[in-house]
Amino acid sequence: MADVQTIARHIPDRLESRGARLIKSWETLLVAVALAIFLVNSFASPYFLDPWNLSDATFNFTEKAMIAFAMALVIISGEIDLSVASIIALTSTVMGYAVQLGFDTPALVMIGLATGLLCGAFNGLLVTGLGLPSIVVTIGTMSLFRGLSFLILGDQAFTGYPASFSWFGQGYVWWVFSFEFCLFAALAVIYGVVLHKTNFGRAVYAIGNNQTAALFSGVRVGRVKFVLFLLTGLMAAIASICLTARLGSTRPSIALGWELEVVTMVVLGGVNILGGSGTIPGVVLAALIMGMVTFGFGLLNVPGIVMSIFIGLLLISVIALPILYRRFRGRRSH
Amino acid sequence: MKLLLKNREMLLVVAIIALLALIAMRFPPFVAPGNLANVYNDTSILIILALGQMAVILTRCIDLSMAANLALSGMAAAMLNAAFPGLPVPLIILTAVALGAALGSINGLLVWKLDIPPIVVTLGTLTIYRGLIFLLSGGAWINAHQMSDAFKALPRTSILGFPLLSWLSLVIIAIMVVVMRRTPLGRAFFALGGNPHAAVYTGIDVGRTRFLAYCLSGTLAGLSGYLWVSRYAVAYVDIAAGFELDIIAACVIGGVSIAGGIGSVGGAVLGALFLGVIKNALPVINISPFAQMAISGAVIIIAVAVNARAEKRKGRVILRKAEAAHG
Repeated sequence: MADVQTIARHIPDRLESRGARLIKSWETLLVAVALAIFLVNSFASPYFLDPWNLSDATFNFTEKAMIAFAMALVIISGEIDLSVASIIALTSTVMGYAVQLGFDTPALVMIGLATGLLCGAFNGLLVTGLGLPSIVVTIGTMSLFRGLSFLILGDQAFTGYPASFSWFGQGYVWWVFSFEFCLFAALAVIYGVVLHKTNFGRAVYAIGNNQTAALFSGVRVGRVKFVLFLLTGLMAAIASICLTARLGSTRPSIALGWELEVVTMVVLGGVNILGGSGTIPGVVLAALIMGMVTFGFGLLNVPGIVMSIFIGLLLISVIALPILYRRFRGRRSH
Repeated sequence: MKLLLKNREMLLVVAIIALLALIAMRFPPFVAPGNLANVYNDTSILIILALGQMAVILTRCIDLSMAANLALSGMAAAMLNAAFPGLPVPLIILTAVALGAALGSINGLLVWKLDIPPIVVTLGTLTIYRGLIFLLSGGAWINAHQMSDAFKALPRTSILGFPLLSWLSLVIIAIMVVVMRRTPLGRAFFALGGNPHAAVYTGIDVGRTRFLAYCLSGTLAGLSGYLWVSRYAVAYVDIAAGFELDIIAACVIGGVSIAGGIGSVGGAVLGALFLGVIKNALPVINISPFAQMAISGAVIIIAVAVNARAEKRKGRVILRKAEAAHG
């Protein structure tokens, strides 16, 4: 390892093998962290190792992780979508409105998915059609989508979702495995295959590493990015269906601040915030770690806002530590 | 007319006047001089914050933690005042400003020394600072009756018929104009944002300049923390939550390019005023205050679309000039 690092320091171009090695070691690190947290939690609280408790713990991260998969692709392609939490709010509001009009579960799901896709298409059009920077566009739509939700709901709340609808958030497929957890697992596999085994996935990496080069090699950059924003909207809608079904009500402040947690999850999973690298297994591990940490803190009665300090520190330190480590190694070898 | 439309500040002035005319048709008293002065006073804090944010955005960075910094500094000032009512107000203000500067410098150090992308740094510190308010206050509110009269009265003190808050924002605008146009630091902000590589060759320390931009935005956020808490006479964990978006919106509307290097003090001030007029006008023309969030979202998107077109045009002109020079 030490030799590779020293050699790499003398060669200005990034070597492919070193990149692969680095990513591999990052995921090993995540597995180690996950195991450590699992052990600490099992010792800290006698209630942690109960299968039903662990099953409850999965609700902490499944919805966020679904969005994180699509967000990982967006960030790898060099863009960002900060409007995901607002898409959840607007989707939930539109579904709540449809409930008041008397629609039943299948129609509600279709309406929800359509709303998410529309929001994603709006973001995608602004970014790819008009060529605007995605960070400002999605800061704008973050305000717009949640603003529309406030406009429709005001200080009210929508309730009265049909009983069959609540299955998406509260149902179990088999034993302790909830519908949400199974959906999370299935989506993890789908996104893993799409990113790592298809042409589309290669195109996402290509765009993130060098957009111009990707364009000249025949990648339809605009179309790929548009699809990525569509996917993010769709995933936010799916998360919204699960969350709304789980809570059984809609307020405009639903999922407030989730964009931060989703981005943290993606970055913790080893995705480069500047684009070009990252893996789905990393994001899955990061989701498990964040879920276990918040659940463990919950069992120890730590208030939510203190957990958010921890998440913030986690976000900065997972990026800072490798940089400090590399600098330290570099100094020693000279 | 063409010249008018090309100038960003003039375009905004025209837009604000048109907006005022529209509001005046529905509710004439809104445009009375006294009320307009109130609107300005109400927007003062946003103006101060937008100027700090502008400096950061100019250097190709962003500060999402400004509102959280404001809330933490404000809470510290309020708790200090509640615990020691005898403490002179200037000392409390100084503490808030120093704390704000320290919080800003943490952002700056992380960006400078560790090369972490600014958006990640400030997303992280945004939650950390917010969480620290909870740890500091234990979730409790500091209410008006716990604050001393001098603490609450200062921003309201009338000088020549205008509140001190308005004067303070005018002084800060003046200082920022001088800093941006007449000092090496201001030039460095623009140079660095325009072309970081070229800036290095002219002897500008990129990391240090960014650090100073964050210190500036932190200092102004700390000052705004005191102003906010004393003006609204209450401090709690969630004050100014989400305000960071309004600050960025004011900059974007004011023509500050998110890609760095382009922007002006006048633009940022007018951008903040544009938002301030909308915010103050909505209740009086019978539009639900719940619509405000959607409207500012739509305005951000429109403004950034207009900005992008203006920048594209500029880019092409420079290219043509360069080609002509080569040919």
